[in-house]
Amino acid sequence: MTSPPRLRSHALSATDDPFASLTDPAASREPVRRSTSDDGAALPPPIKRVVLDRTPRPIDPATDVVAPIAKDQTLGPERLRIEHVSIGYGEARVVKDLSLSIHQGEVLALIGPSGCGKTTFLRSMNRLTEQTASAWREGQILLDGRDIYETELPRLRRKIAMVFQQPNPFPMSIFDNIAYAIRVQNRKTPGKAEVRERVVDSLRRAGLYDELGGDLDKPALRLSGGQQQRLCIARAIATNPEVLLMDEPCSALDPRSTAVIEDLIGELRESLAIVIVTHNLAQAHRVADNVAFMYLGDLVEHGPVDQVFEQPRAQRTRDYVAGVFG
Amino acid sequence: MSSAPVVPRPVTPVPTTPQERRPVQPAGDSVRNWRLRHRIAHGAAWAAGIFVIAVTASIMGFMAWKGLHYLNPSLIWQRPTPGLAQGDTGGIRDPLIGTLLATFIGTLFAAPLGIATAVWVGEYGKPAKLARAIESAIEMVAGMPNIVLAIFGLAIFQLPFFSFLSFKAQGGGVYGRSFIAAGLIMSLIAIPLIYTATREGLAQLPAKLREGSWALGKTKICTIRTVLLPQIRPNIATGIVLGMGRIVGDTAIVVVLLGAALQIDPVGDTPGLNVLRGGGSTLTTYVYAASPAGEGNAPQKAYAAAFLLLLIVVFLNALVGWIGRRTKNSEITQ
Repeated sequence: MTSPPRLRSHALSATDDPFASLTDPAASREPVRRSTSDDGAALPPPIKRVVLDRTPRPIDPATDVVAPIAKDQTLGPERLRIEHVSIGYGEARVVKDLSLSIHQGEVLALIGPSGCGKTTFLRSMNRLTEQTASAWREGQILLDGRDIYETELPRLRRKIAMVFQQPNPFPMSIFDNIAYAIRVQNRKTPGKAEVRERVVDSLRRAGLYDELGGDLDKPALRLSGGQQQRLCIARAIATNPEVLLMDEPCSALDPRSTAVIEDLIGELRESLAIVIVTHNLAQAHRVADNVAFMYLGDLVEHGPVDQVFEQPRAQRTRDYVAGVFG
Repeated sequence: MSSAPVVPRPVTPVPTTPQERRPVQPAGDSVRNWRLRHRIAHGAAWAAGIFVIAVTASIMGFMAWKGLHYLNPSLIWQRPTPGLAQGDTGGIRDPLIGTLLATFIGTLFAAPLGIATAVWVGEYGKPAKLARAIESAIEMVAGMPNIVLAIFGLAIFQLPFFSFLSFKAQGGGVYGRSFIAAGLIMSLIAIPLIYTATREGLAQLPAKLREGSWALGKTKICTIRTVLLPQIRPNIATGIVLGMGRIVGDTAIVVVLLGAALQIDPVGDTPGLNVLRGGGSTLTTYVYAASPAGEGNAPQKAYAAAFLLLLIVVFLNALVGWIGRRTKNSEITQ
């Protein structure tokens, strides 16, 4: 894959700019190539002539954003509904007027180039973004029809669990890692026997129990990276959440561990709604039912995985999925 | 301590003939070719380092020679008594107990206060102005001369309200000097060290640890107690030991707030509490009193006590180093 022009620095300011099409990779790719191949050698290095193949014109993001097409009816009840959500930090608007809904039994993959607001959006669903001092949010996120700001924060996060990019087990034993998640604010009840049952159960569901051979007192940090990440998944599902958020859960793992976790996602989806952020398009294709493509904070396209990858309706989706930029 | 098994590295063949070997030092790069000023600076840096070692070694050697000469078990177990001849002045039991007691009380107050302050500033810290104010207040306390803290403490503890902490005369005058009073003020000189160590420990913890806990629906305080503080236990321990070292070495507060009497002087009848309410001395003030500069006139015992004091401080320093090394070995947070 040829390395595309870096777009990250423009990512937050581009859409209101009348020259936004300069940052549009479809427009800027050609001229950049031409200037280097034809007359690049003749020019002194710092000066680069930019040749535009068409007049700059502002892109109206709304024209691209495609309403979701009818859902597969086999999905379970609706869990999360996102209505006109915008999120930003200070002046910057990172997620722009995003609406979609997530059902039980569904795996929704959020794809898009770096800096397009995927992670911010994901972290706003369990209200982790509000830890950042300058963060703000507009619109509504509803969990089972209730605004997530109406639910008490600890309870909300037990219903909307999260797995992070880096495996982050706590420096305790495997058992304590999961027991910590099960106990509400370290309360003594439920008792040890019942906690143990639930610990074993969630380790089984995460496919880790048999590998451990019953040694739950081992320090969690002795596990391999893939095992640590599965421990984090076990920890996240230990509270029987309704939604599982995954922020690039495999980006720090080797291909074999990745495959194990992808299988796991397939097994977990029956009882959960899963939202997964990934940079790996092949992975999105393998695990997801629906795909949402975000670009510069806009939800460009949202639809079933086959449709998004094979018949994308928006030009930007087509370019991204084809590996043109990102 | 268990170390990882040593894996033998693949050995690269060492060139044997002189022609193959390359000179480690490029030709011409020797001190003789340096400019004179650089040579002088180079030599001065060496000399300064060696001078520091020499001074330290001579202090340690001198104190060890004198101290070991005069230190004996009976000296440690006997109570000090005022006397004109050196043979009548007894031992250093009370000052030794005084040092341990003052350190214990000071640490007892300083550790929770220092840790709690660091946790608040590091993990909550809102409003930011208040956090900054606390930060500069702690820096100011750290910079205050001990004697200033001591006379402030005396002014406080001589108030009638605090008469329960020390001896109260018939007329109602409050002496204001006791182990508890001295310990409280001594905690002030240890708090900045404990605060700083805890603060730094919290700051170096990766964000993913906190977020991982928050994402499980844990409150901040639960996260701090269960995940964060156990992780920085070595930092806290280092801070506490450093603080203890400061308290052990302090003299000004002992003179002003403990009375620096030779013997521990209980006040009241409650066992335990009477010692806390009473005055006494520590090894530092005993060294002063027994030295030729003081009035005790027992220089040999001053040397013995000074050596013991030095031993305690060296032990505390070694403890800091040991905690630090142990942490590095078991460093597991990426």
